[in-house]
Amino acid sequence: MKLEQIVGYIDGSIICGNIEGKDIEKGFCSDLMSDVLTIDTDKVILITGMANMQTIRTSEMADIHTIIMARNKKATPEMIQLACDSDITLIETPFSAFRICGILYSRGLKPVY
Amino acid sequence: MVKLRYEIEGGNFDLAGTASSQVKKVLKQLNISQLLIKKIVVALYESEVNVVAHAYKGHIEVEIHPERVDMKITDEGPGIPDVESAMKAGFSTASQKVREMGFGAGMGLPNIKKNTDYLKIETVVGKGTTLTMTKKLDYAT
Repeated sequence: MKLEQIVGYIDGSIICGNIEGKDIEKGFCSDLMSDVLTIDTDKVILITGMANMQTIRTSEMADIHTIIMARNKKATPEMIQLACDSDITLIETPFSAFRICGILYSRGLKPVY
Repeated sequence: MVKLRYEIEGGNFDLAGTASSQVKKVLKQLNISQLLIKKIVVALYESEVNVVAHAYKGHIEVEIHPERVDMKITDEGPGIPDVESAMKAGFSTASQKVREMGFGAGMGLPNIKKNTDYLKIETVVGKGTTLTMTKKLDYAT
Protein backbone atom coordinates (compact mmCIF):
# COMPACT_ATOMS: atom_id res chain seq x y z
CA MET A 1 0.00 0.00 0.00
CA LYS A 2 1.35 3.43 -0.89
CA LEU A 3 2.03 5.70 2.06
CA GLU A 4 0.26 8.54 0.23
CA GLN A 5 -2.91 6.41 0.27
CA ILE A 6 -2.51 5.61 3.98
CA VAL A 7 -2.23 9.31 4.86
CA GLY A 8 -5.41 9.99 2.88
CA TYR A 9 -7.39 7.14 4.46
CA ILE A 10 -6.67 8.32 8.02
CA ASP A 11 -6.88 12.09 7.53
CA GLY A 12 -3.21 12.25 8.48
CA SER A 13 -0.85 15.21 8.72
CA ILE A 14 2.80 14.68 7.85
CA ILE A 15 4.99 16.11 10.59
CA CYS A 16 8.31 15.15 9.07
CA GLY A 17 9.72 12.94 6.34
CA ASN A 18 8.90 12.18 2.76
CA ILE A 19 5.95 9.94 1.85
CA GLU A 20 6.32 9.87 -1.92
CA GLY A 21 6.90 6.46 -3.45
CA LYS A 22 7.03 4.65 -0.09
CA ASP A 23 5.42 1.22 -0.02
CA ILE A 24 4.09 -0.25 3.23
CA GLU A 25 3.32 -3.98 3.43
CA LYS A 26 2.31 -4.50 7.05
CA GLY A 27 0.99 -2.70 10.08
CA PHE A 28 1.72 -3.15 13.79
CA CYS A 29 -0.19 -1.38 16.54
CA SER A 30 1.23 -1.13 20.05
CA ASP A 31 1.98 1.27 22.86
CA LEU A 32 4.45 -1.23 24.24
CA MET A 33 7.91 -0.49 22.88
CA SER A 34 9.25 -3.80 24.22
CA ASP A 35 6.75 -5.49 21.93
CA VAL A 36 7.76 -3.36 18.93
CA LEU A 37 11.36 -4.48 19.45
CA THR A 38 10.39 -8.11 18.88
CA ILE A 39 9.19 -7.55 15.29
CA ASP A 40 11.39 -9.12 12.63
CA THR A 41 9.49 -7.66 9.68
CA ASP A 42 10.54 -4.91 7.27
CA LYS A 43 8.31 -2.35 5.54
CA VAL A 44 6.05 -2.15 8.56
CA ILE A 45 4.18 0.91 9.80
CA LEU A 46 3.84 1.53 13.55
CA ILE A 47 0.49 2.76 14.82
CA THR A 48 0.75 3.99 18.39
CA GLY A 49 -0.69 6.21 21.07
CA MET A 50 2.72 6.44 22.73
CA ALA A 51 4.37 9.73 21.83
CA ASN A 52 7.77 10.17 23.43
CA MET A 53 11.47 10.01 22.53
CA GLN A 54 11.54 6.26 23.03
CA THR A 55 8.86 5.78 20.38
CA ILE A 56 11.30 7.28 17.88
CA ARG A 57 14.38 5.50 19.30
CA THR A 58 12.59 2.15 19.30
CA SER A 59 11.54 2.64 15.68
CA GLU A 60 15.09 3.57 14.75
CA MET A 61 16.42 0.35 16.29
CA ALA A 62 13.63 -1.79 14.80
CA ASP A 63 14.12 -0.37 11.28
CA ILE A 64 10.61 1.08 11.27
CA HIS A 65 10.51 4.11 9.00
CA THR A 66 6.92 5.29 9.44
CA ILE A 67 5.03 6.07 12.67
CA ILE A 68 1.36 7.04 12.90
CA MET A 69 0.53 8.81 16.15
CA ALA A 70 -3.14 8.31 16.99
CA ARG A 71 -5.63 10.64 18.72
CA ASN A 72 -3.78 13.86 17.96
CA LYS A 73 -0.73 12.92 20.02
CA LYS A 74 1.85 15.64 19.33
CA ALA A 75 5.52 15.12 18.65
CA THR A 76 7.90 17.41 20.55
CA PRO A 77 10.58 19.36 18.62
CA GLU A 78 13.18 16.88 19.97
CA MET A 79 11.15 13.92 18.68
CA ILE A 80 10.76 15.55 15.26
CA GLN A 81 14.49 16.27 15.05
CA LEU A 82 15.37 12.69 16.00
CA ALA A 83 12.85 11.31 13.49
CA CYS A 84 14.31 13.46 10.72
CA ASP A 85 17.86 12.39 11.63
CA SER A 86 16.75 8.74 11.61
CA ASP A 87 14.89 8.92 8.28
CA ILE A 88 11.55 8.27 9.98
CA THR A 89 8.28 9.72 8.67
CA LEU A 90 5.98 10.96 11.43
CA ILE A 91 2.24 11.21 10.82
CA GLU A 92 -0.37 12.62 13.19
CA THR A 93 -4.07 11.83 12.94
CA PRO A 94 -7.16 12.62 15.00
CA PHE A 95 -8.37 9.02 14.55
CA SER A 96 -8.06 6.45 17.34
CA ALA A 97 -5.62 3.54 17.00
CA PHE A 98 -8.63 1.21 16.70
CA ARG A 99 -10.11 3.23 13.84
CA ILE A 100 -6.76 3.51 12.01
CA CYS A 101 -6.23 -0.25 12.24
CA GLY A 102 -9.77 -0.95 11.06
CA ILE A 103 -9.46 1.31 8.04
CA LEU A 104 -6.02 0.11 6.97
CA TYR A 105 -6.80 -3.58 7.54
CA SER A 106 -10.02 -3.33 5.52
CA ARG A 107 -8.06 -1.64 2.71
CA GLY A 108 -5.61 -4.53 2.55
CA LEU A 109 -2.70 -3.66 4.85
CA LYS A 110 -1.43 -6.95 6.29
CA PRO A 111 -0.87 -7.71 9.98
CA VAL A 112 2.60 -8.76 11.23
CA TYR A 113 1.11 -11.67 13.14
CA MET B 1 38.96 -4.31 15.22
CA VAL B 2 36.83 -1.30 16.22
CA LYS B 3 36.39 -0.47 19.92
CA LEU B 4 33.62 1.80 21.17
CA ARG B 5 32.64 2.97 24.65
CA TYR B 6 29.68 5.03 25.81
CA GLU B 7 28.49 6.18 29.22
CA ILE B 8 24.84 5.66 30.26
CA GLU B 9 22.99 7.92 32.66
CA GLY B 10 20.49 6.12 34.91
CA GLY B 11 16.96 7.51 34.93
CA ASN B 12 17.38 9.79 31.90
CA PHE B 13 14.92 8.44 29.32
CA ASP B 14 15.47 11.37 26.98
CA LEU B 15 18.98 10.06 26.32
CA ALA B 16 18.17 6.34 26.42
CA GLY B 17 19.22 4.78 23.15
CA THR B 18 21.84 7.39 22.26
CA ALA B 19 24.69 4.90 22.60
CA SER B 20 22.89 2.18 20.64
CA SER B 21 22.16 4.71 17.91
CA GLN B 22 25.85 5.60 17.67
CA VAL B 23 26.79 1.92 17.44
CA LYS B 24 24.21 1.44 14.68
CA LYS B 25 25.79 4.24 12.65
CA VAL B 26 29.24 2.62 12.95
CA LEU B 27 27.91 -0.84 12.00
CA LYS B 28 26.25 0.65 8.91
CA GLN B 29 29.55 2.21 7.86
CA LEU B 30 31.19 -1.23 8.11
CA ASN B 31 28.71 -2.67 5.59
CA ILE B 32 27.29 -5.27 7.95
CA SER B 33 23.94 -6.67 6.78
CA GLN B 34 20.78 -4.84 7.83
CA LEU B 35 19.35 -7.93 9.53
CA LEU B 36 22.45 -8.49 11.67
CA ILE B 37 22.66 -4.80 12.54
CA LYS B 38 19.05 -4.88 13.69
CA LYS B 39 19.64 -7.89 15.95
CA ILE B 40 22.76 -6.30 17.45
CA VAL B 41 21.25 -2.89 18.11
CA VAL B 42 17.97 -4.28 19.45
CA ALA B 43 19.94 -6.35 22.01
CA LEU B 44 22.10 -3.35 22.83
CA TYR B 45 19.15 -0.96 23.09
CA GLU B 46 17.24 -3.32 25.39
CA SER B 47 20.35 -3.47 27.59
CA GLU B 48 20.78 0.30 27.51
CA VAL B 49 17.14 0.85 28.48
CA ASN B 50 17.57 -1.64 31.34
CA VAL B 51 20.45 0.45 32.72
CA VAL B 52 18.44 3.68 32.37
CA ALA B 53 15.39 2.04 33.94
CA HIS B 54 17.03 0.24 36.86
CA ALA B 55 20.57 1.51 37.56
CA TYR B 56 22.28 4.71 38.70
CA LYS B 57 24.79 4.73 35.88
CA GLY B 58 26.61 2.42 33.53
CA HIS B 59 28.63 2.07 30.38
CA ILE B 60 28.63 0.12 27.14
CA GLU B 61 31.74 -1.34 25.55
CA VAL B 62 31.56 -2.72 22.02
CA GLU B 63 34.26 -4.53 20.06
CA ILE B 64 33.58 -5.11 16.39
CA HIS B 65 35.66 -7.96 14.99
CA PRO B 66 35.51 -9.25 11.40
CA GLU B 67 33.56 -12.35 12.48
CA ARG B 68 31.65 -11.16 15.57
CA VAL B 69 30.54 -8.22 17.72
CA ASP B 70 31.28 -8.41 21.45
CA MET B 71 29.26 -6.21 23.79
CA LYS B 72 29.59 -5.60 27.52
CA ILE B 73 27.08 -3.51 29.47
CA THR B 74 28.11 -2.73 33.02
CA ASP B 75 26.01 -0.87 35.53
CA GLU B 76 26.08 0.31 39.12
CA GLY B 77 22.63 -0.43 40.44
CA PRO B 78 20.44 -2.71 42.50
CA GLY B 79 21.45 -5.91 40.68
CA ILE B 80 19.03 -8.70 39.78
CA PRO B 81 17.94 -10.75 42.81
CA ASP B 82 16.42 -13.55 40.73
CA VAL B 83 18.06 -13.97 37.31
CA GLU B 84 16.06 -17.08 36.47
CA SER B 85 12.77 -15.21 36.88
CA ALA B 86 14.14 -12.15 35.03
CA MET B 87 14.82 -14.36 32.01
CA LYS B 88 11.17 -15.41 31.85
CA ALA B 89 8.95 -13.43 29.48
CA GLY B 90 6.54 -11.26 31.42
CA PHE B 91 8.55 -11.00 34.64
CA SER B 92 9.36 -7.40 35.54
CA THR B 93 10.29 -5.23 38.51
CA ALA B 94 10.08 -1.99 36.53
CA SER B 95 8.62 1.17 38.05
CA GLN B 96 5.43 2.86 36.87
CA LYS B 97 7.55 5.57 35.18
CA VAL B 98 9.38 2.96 33.13
CA ARG B 99 6.08 1.35 32.12
CA GLU B 100 4.74 4.74 31.05
CA MET B 101 7.66 4.97 28.62
CA GLY B 102 6.52 1.75 26.93
CA PHE B 103 8.94 -0.62 28.65
CA GLY B 104 8.94 -2.82 31.73
CA ALA B 105 6.84 -5.60 30.29
CA GLY B 106 9.38 -8.27 31.14
CA MET B 107 10.45 -8.80 27.55
CA GLY B 108 13.92 -7.22 27.64
CA LEU B 109 16.24 -10.04 28.71
CA PRO B 110 14.39 -12.72 26.68
CA ASN B 111 14.63 -10.45 23.63
CA ILE B 112 18.35 -9.88 24.23
CA LYS B 113 18.86 -13.65 24.39
CA LYS B 114 16.85 -14.12 21.18
CA ASN B 115 18.96 -11.60 19.28
CA THR B 116 22.42 -12.74 20.40
CA ASP B 117 24.48 -15.93 20.14
CA TYR B 118 25.99 -15.70 23.62
CA LEU B 119 24.70 -14.02 26.77
CA LYS B 120 26.18 -14.04 30.25
CA ILE B 121 24.61 -12.21 33.19
CA GLU B 122 26.75 -11.46 36.23
CA THR B 123 24.96 -9.64 38.99
CA VAL B 124 25.52 -8.71 42.62
CA VAL B 125 22.51 -7.47 44.56
CA GLY B 126 23.12 -3.93 45.78
CA LYS B 127 26.15 -3.43 43.51
CA GLY B 128 25.25 -3.90 39.87
CA THR B 129 24.99 -6.04 36.80
CA THR B 130 27.20 -6.88 33.83
CA LEU B 131 25.82 -8.32 30.62
CA THR B 132 28.33 -9.87 28.26
CA MET B 133 27.01 -10.79 24.86
CA THR B 134 28.20 -11.74 21.42
CA LYS B 135 26.63 -11.70 18.01
CA LYS B 136 28.37 -13.70 15.30
CA LEU B 137 28.59 -11.95 11.96
CA ASP B 138 27.39 -15.09 10.23
CA TYR B 139 25.74 -14.03 7.02
CA ALA B 140 24.01 -17.41 6.66
CA THR B 141 21.64 -16.48 9.52
